[in-house]
Amino acid sequence: MGDHHHGPAKGLSRWLFTTNHKDIGTMYLWFSFSMFLLGGFFAMVIRAELFQPGMQLVEPAFFNQMTTMHGLVMVFGAIMPAFVGLANWLIPMMIGAPDMALPRMNNWSFWILPPAFLLLASTLFMEGGAPAFGWTFYAPLSTTYAPPSVTYFIFCIHILGLSSIMGSINIIATVMNMRAPGMTYMKMPLFVWTWLITAFLLVAVMPVLAGAVTMMLMDVHFGTSFFSAAGGGDPVLFQHIFWFFGHPEVYIIILPAFGVVSQIIPAFSRKPLFGYDSMVYATAAIAFLSFIVWAHHMYTVGMPIAGELFFMYATMLIAVPTGVKVFNWITTMWRGALSFETPMLFAIGFLVLFTIGGFTGLMLAIAPADFQYHDSYFVVAHFHYVMVAGAVFSMTAAVYFWLPKWCGKMYNEAMGKTHFWISFIGFNLAFFPQHFVGLAGMPRRIPDYALQFADFNMMSSIGAFIYGASQIMFLYNVIATIVSGKPVSDEKVWDGAEGLEWTLPTPAPYHTFETPPKIDPVHAHS
Amino acid sequence: MIRINANPVLDTMIKLVTVSIAMFAFVFVVMVPLYDVLCDALGINGKTSNEAYTSVAAQVDQDRLVTIQFVATNNHGMPWEFHPTTNVMKVNPGAVNDTVFFARNPLPNAMVAQAIPSVSPARAAEYFHKTECFCFNQQPLDGDTSTEMPLQFIVDQDLPSDIRTITLSYTIFDVTDMVNSAVAAR
Repeated sequence: MGDHHHGPAKGLSRWLFTTNHKDIGTMYLWFSFSMFLLGGFFAMVIRAELFQPGMQLVEPAFFNQMTTMHGLVMVFGAIMPAFVGLANWLIPMMIGAPDMALPRMNNWSFWILPPAFLLLASTLFMEGGAPAFGWTFYAPLSTTYAPPSVTYFIFCIHILGLSSIMGSINIIATVMNMRAPGMTYMKMPLFVWTWLITAFLLVAVMPVLAGAVTMMLMDVHFGTSFFSAAGGGDPVLFQHIFWFFGHPEVYIIILPAFGVVSQIIPAFSRKPLFGYDSMVYATAAIAFLSFIVWAHHMYTVGMPIAGELFFMYATMLIAVPTGVKVFNWITTMWRGALSFETPMLFAIGFLVLFTIGGFTGLMLAIAPADFQYHDSYFVVAHFHYVMVAGAVFSMTAAVYFWLPKWCGKMYNEAMGKTHFWISFIGFNLAFFPQHFVGLAGMPRRIPDYALQFADFNMMSSIGAFIYGASQIMFLYNVIATIVSGKPVSDEKVWDGAEGLEWTLPTPAPYHTFETPPKIDPVHAHS
Repeated sequence: MIRINANPVLDTMIKLVTVSIAMFAFVFVVMVPLYDVLCDALGINGKTSNEAYTSVAAQVDQDRLVTIQFVATNNHGMPWEFHPTTNVMKVNPGAVNDTVFFARNPLPNAMVAQAIPSVSPARAAEYFHKTECFCFNQQPLDGDTSTEMPLQFIVDQDLPSDIRTITLSYTIFDVTDMVNSAVAAR
């Protein structure tokens, strides 16, 4: 065999200089998992402090740093890079491309991430402490009243924004130019579709976030007054700019999760995805609507009633395409030959819990009711149902689903199922009671609470510890699989799985599809 | 679709980089000015006009009385004494009313202040006309001196009938550093 099929380089330089989409995907996934543990550790500090009423473990100022860092690390460090890693691994294999379109930029977009988060984490040890103004960093908390470390925070956001934009450009360039002949847009697997749309959202809104932090930087250091009323600015402007980024951002997080679930549910239902076309259009509709609903995060700032109504109706409209998706997933399972391996359990867990999060989202969308829910634990419960049970559950499902293809070894199924059930119970124990304390008026981001919330908070903390601990089991299972898992060699690891990545040998070779595959015209998308 | 580069991948990349740069610029050149324009035009956020109202001789509605409350707040770290001389006024829509706010700089050094008004309920902002206001200009004060700052206003006769009380709130800001460093604050 002629040796142009060279393997990876040896040692550290393999990872530093690699332009291979699989290597870069792996690095993204490990990086995001380490950030997931770091952000999880911050969450454990928060829940430990809230275990009982009164101040026990940490100072209020440090508690604020924990809530802020937890949010920032989880959103920007864990979930987003995790899906970028998944995109790197899977998109070329799913569309029959040899690699990403811009492999060197791919290397760079990963390698600027660790320094950015090192910078952010280092603020914990600085005088004045880490950012303590919440992950939404509203001005003037993040300008006039910010700790000196805010400058590091701003720089970190700039770098990771750059990383996200480069990653998205790469994904769009790959999907638009590198599809195998015959792989038309409407034949692409849904994961590719959702990522293509997500990447467009990222290119559109990450620069807006960069603009917001640039204005903060100028207000803090260069005497401008974008967000200071003293100089003719307005702090409410910050919220508009932030959420103009922030609402598309939450769909950036959830759309790839939709894509993952749309791959996994058909595989374990042994049926093609129901309503493929409507799934594509629903994704595009959600992406479009995400740009015109941002002010539902800020109903209480004093908008005119016409504005409140517009944002309320536009937000409720999103329930329509989202409902189409949930309907299609359920209909895919309908009369399917179902089996419940770990990826399917996590996908169904996603489906049930994400729908609950969607419903509480609808409750929050109703402007007059939101005045009661605003900034309460009800909001915390809502977004953890969509972020954790939505994005993280689907990400976990994805790892179990594709891990055997990636490393050619099977994970421990019993441990995987145990992981699911402990996660599921721990998650619900942690976050379901938060709906109740929130409706009863417990505010978020406060280190202490009134006595009547004590029992639910203790339940919540216990649930959070259980959920946190179950992730260690996940880590162990993944490492044990890679080191000593039972080898699998079937191309189709899962008998119901469809798509080009399952036509490749297992484990997936270092270089794949150096000659484009033939696309079976009958057998369209999975 | 227009081709910018013969290489399709580079073509896509160039277009997307352009989009992201355009979105970055969009924040500064569209979102910020548009926000100000919309707030001014619609009276959102209780923002009143930054310019003097040139009063048209209006008929005074003698049958109706609207309560005007004045609130004065010092921004964080602003050492001035700052308060209205009258806390509450009852006025007829259409009539021209005068009042003064008291300000004193207790520090030995000269300072410059800027007062920012806000009207509540926000819906009333567009019906609250200031023909003269200290908030239109910055207020310099030498050390250890005081002044009375005038305010002249008209409540529009078209004020919705369910609004019986209007609160006019001023927050006073220390802009000495901003003026001294002569950084143009937009």
